[in-house]
Amino acid sequence: MKDRVSRIIEQYPAKVYKNRKEHIVVVDQDCESPQTITANTRTIPGIITSRGCCYAGCKGVVIGPIKDAVTITHGPIGCGYYSWGTRRNKARLEEGEQDNFLNYCFSTDLQEGDIVFGGEKKLRQAIDEAVEIFHPQNIMICSTCPVGLIGDDIKAVANWAEQKHNIKVLAFSCEGYKGVTQSAGHHIANNELMKHVIGTGEAEVGKYSVNLLGEYNIGGDSWEIERILKKIGYEVVSVMTGNGSIEKIKNAHKANLNLVQCYRSINYIADMIHTKYGTDWLKVNFIGIEGITQSLRDMARYFDDPALTARTEEVITEELEEVMPVIEKYRRICEGKTAAMYVGGSRALHYQYLFQDLGMETVLAGFEFAHRDDYEGREVLPFIKEDADSKNIETLQIEPDEQNYRVVLSREKYEQLKDQIPLNYFGGMIQIMHNGSIVLDDINHHEIDEFIRILKPDIFCAGIKEKYPVHKMGIMSKQLHSYDYTGPYAGFKGAATFARDIALGMTAPVWNMVQPPWKLEPMLEGSFVEEVG
Amino acid sequence: MLDRTPAEYIERKGIVINPAKTCQPIGAMYASLGIHGCLPHSHGSQGCCSYHRMHLSRHFRDPVMASTSSFTEGAAVFGGGANLKTAIKNIFSIYNPDIIAVHTTCLSETIGDDIPTYINQSEIPAGKVVIHANTPSYVGSHVTGFSNMVKAMVKYLSVKDGKPNNKVNIIPGFVNPGDMREIKRIMKVLKIEYIMFPDTSGVLDAPLTGKYEMYPSGGARIEDIRDAGNSMATVALGSFASADGAEELRKKAKVHPVILNTPIGIKGTDDFLMALSRLTSKEIPEELEEERGQVIDIMVDLHDQYQGQKVAIFGDPDVVIALTGFVLEMGMIPQFVLTGTPGEAFERQVDHMLKDAGVEGKVKAAGDLFTLQQWIKESPVDLLIGTSYGKFIARAEDIPLVRVGFPILDRGVHSYMPVVGYRGAMRLIEMISNALLERQDRDALDEDLELIM
Repeated sequence: MKDRVSRIIEQYPAKVYKNRKEHIVVVDQDCESPQTITANTRTIPGIITSRGCCYAGCKGVVIGPIKDAVTITHGPIGCGYYSWGTRRNKARLEEGEQDNFLNYCFSTDLQEGDIVFGGEKKLRQAIDEAVEIFHPQNIMICSTCPVGLIGDDIKAVANWAEQKHNIKVLAFSCEGYKGVTQSAGHHIANNELMKHVIGTGEAEVGKYSVNLLGEYNIGGDSWEIERILKKIGYEVVSVMTGNGSIEKIKNAHKANLNLVQCYRSINYIADMIHTKYGTDWLKVNFIGIEGITQSLRDMARYFDDPALTARTEEVITEELEEVMPVIEKYRRICEGKTAAMYVGGSRALHYQYLFQDLGMETVLAGFEFAHRDDYEGREVLPFIKEDADSKNIETLQIEPDEQNYRVVLSREKYEQLKDQIPLNYFGGMIQIMHNGSIVLDDINHHEIDEFIRILKPDIFCAGIKEKYPVHKMGIMSKQLHSYDYTGPYAGFKGAATFARDIALGMTAPVWNMVQPPWKLEPMLEGSFVEEVG
Repeated sequence: MLDRTPAEYIERKGIVINPAKTCQPIGAMYASLGIHGCLPHSHGSQGCCSYHRMHLSRHFRDPVMASTSSFTEGAAVFGGGANLKTAIKNIFSIYNPDIIAVHTTCLSETIGDDIPTYINQSEIPAGKVVIHANTPSYVGSHVTGFSNMVKAMVKYLSVKDGKPNNKVNIIPGFVNPGDMREIKRIMKVLKIEYIMFPDTSGVLDAPLTGKYEMYPSGGARIEDIRDAGNSMATVALGSFASADGAEELRKKAKVHPVILNTPIGIKGTDDFLMALSRLTSKEIPEELEEERGQVIDIMVDLHDQYQGQKVAIFGDPDVVIALTGFVLEMGMIPQFVLTGTPGEAFERQVDHMLKDAGVEGKVKAAGDLFTLQQWIKESPVDLLIGTSYGKFIARAEDIPLVRVGFPILDRGVHSYMPVVGYRGAMRLIEMISNALLERQDRDALDEDLELIM
């Protein structure tokens, strides 16, 4: 396999070759020292990358789903327009809630004059108008590239607006050029939520209270996860940020455990809450049967209440009874097939569990905007070198909060538990993969093309940009960002829906019609010619 | 759904709510894909390129390849020259296109990157071409970006070298590959030799064969765009997307420009055919007259299904102007006509059309869908014609939506099917009529449900 990988990247110019070879690992679990990979470094200019920008990570991913804020994109029209309704982060008004602005897109639509003379005036005007029309409790401002360059001070505008309108106004300086991927935007979003939202609420919460972090309710995922958690007896204090609200996120520090679903986009908040308020975080995975059951059992172990543990097992049994026959039916179709995946910063790991449910092996998995710890686990954190790009993203210095810091687990119990469950720990993707499978960071179009040629996976899961080229090759592609507009795929019910969708894709009659029949059989047979007597 | 939109209209100067336009670069990217063997290149942050590729992929449900200069903070401060030069080198050696079409973004425009100089300093293999268009996102809209890239094609490529080719240039405007195919079919029926650019048919509606082609067989040939300088005339369809390209050809190569509306509806298509006939002294053949007669037949048969109904139309200016003309021919009342693209010419032209038809309607350029919804709240319409973004208003205000224009993200097949020409007119009548009848069926009492309509 290593030779075949080399042949793919040998086609590159020297500099590109040197760069790309560090982003590819052929998994070898018998290796003496842990395998390393290069990640979170600059994309090579000219490469057809799938990566997005800092704005996409901040507005598009982390804060976009927050429903009770008017989120104003400060910049030319495109950025606000493209991040409007395109990510399937579902939201609805829950009991007692008033504001859901997710059907709306707000932009200052900067024009040439604003770029020359500054856009702050227009931003102020936009806020005044938004308040007059919508009377929101919260406004969020997101910067785009030119805003940073012309030096608009959005923090000052936010302070001015808070005073003037007596509402919460958050400012996110998430210009697209910051960092090297969406990941920079996640960090900036995490920082602002930590500084200005989390810890400002005073809600009373129960003993088995949790936050669901890094869950964006794509296709309704978090609704399915919450259904299971509530059925067991957990109280979900806040979700960050699917169907989320400032109103709920401000109480996040009250919950007794943080559940981290997408580690990449939210690990900063998990860590900062841990330092500031003493709340532990648990790496969970509610995708795929093994992932869900393991995560629920880990949670039960953390709270260590026999009744809760018993209830957990009861719910698992009940749920499995319902979904396993469905999954089993589709497993018969999918078993033995192979999958390749290239998705964001956590799904390429999580979805391996769903393919495992179907008896499918993952032969290639890659992340678009991951860091080394997403691949290699948190052990590697002390060894990650800061570079010019990562230095530009602020790391908050967090101190324990004198009033609200508390210890949920005794030291002794913590020490005992931490080797049994992923407590404040994430082991990364490489550790779960088979020998000989391929891990690829920031895969590009050339590599997708070539790896599909050599690995011949039965399905390639990625996003919309990859979907159609893969289809042209006659291979099924499923979007794991948007689930091709179905879902949810999380939770028990999601696992069954996923199984159905994959089996449908595998068995669509059209795959047998790609080649016209005249190309599959000889057509030039002798034809009857009337004998001329 | 959109339940925070108040009926009361408040004048806004600072905030755009639910835009009816996007930014220039995506239009430039789309136009570039209409050159055979072209890789569009986005000179800015990689997020722009990603957003544009995603959006185009969703509309066409086909591969959209483009590269990016992947700016970082350093490039934003020190300029993007090194990024562009590295990009050009890498693109030719890895993806081997015939041509790279560079467009800028608000980032590279704000820092003032000098693209022609960077291109001159780049390593470009023999026989390969790099062109560029300035497409600042803070000017105009995606339609402006399309127009600017068409202009760039002429600037960089077209030449008059003294040998008239007796061809007619066609700039089809920001329309679907299905429309471009239909225009080409009409040219063939007319037996007129033509050069169409850009031409995304065969690129963004390429077949699935089991073999992926990075540069599908479609698209305008570079040599044809070159030869456009020797043509007898340029027919520019839609002034917003196509007039600048035609005008540039006039300036550069003295090719006579004929600027028409997008050929939608009876008169739109009549005008197109007559202009071509006049230019080439060719008669309009029986085959097209037959198609026209079929549409007239349909309109006589079905007029009572839509005549007198009030309609709101939004989308890109050229398509909206042409659609407004057609619904007027159908006897409908275009009560609200709106585009997100700025341009007084749009308001003037549509106002004029409404006045001529004796319709009192509201017209707005540089408008947004929040305004459109408020207008509809104040004075309801029977039908909404526009892009997928109209579905939220359609639901909130309970009106049927006919999807026409860019983008359509929630339905398939549309990009293969024309709205231009007489065949396009037939299709539009079917869509409009069916939408209204389905609504009537949905709302009918049991005793009123008609078998025959």
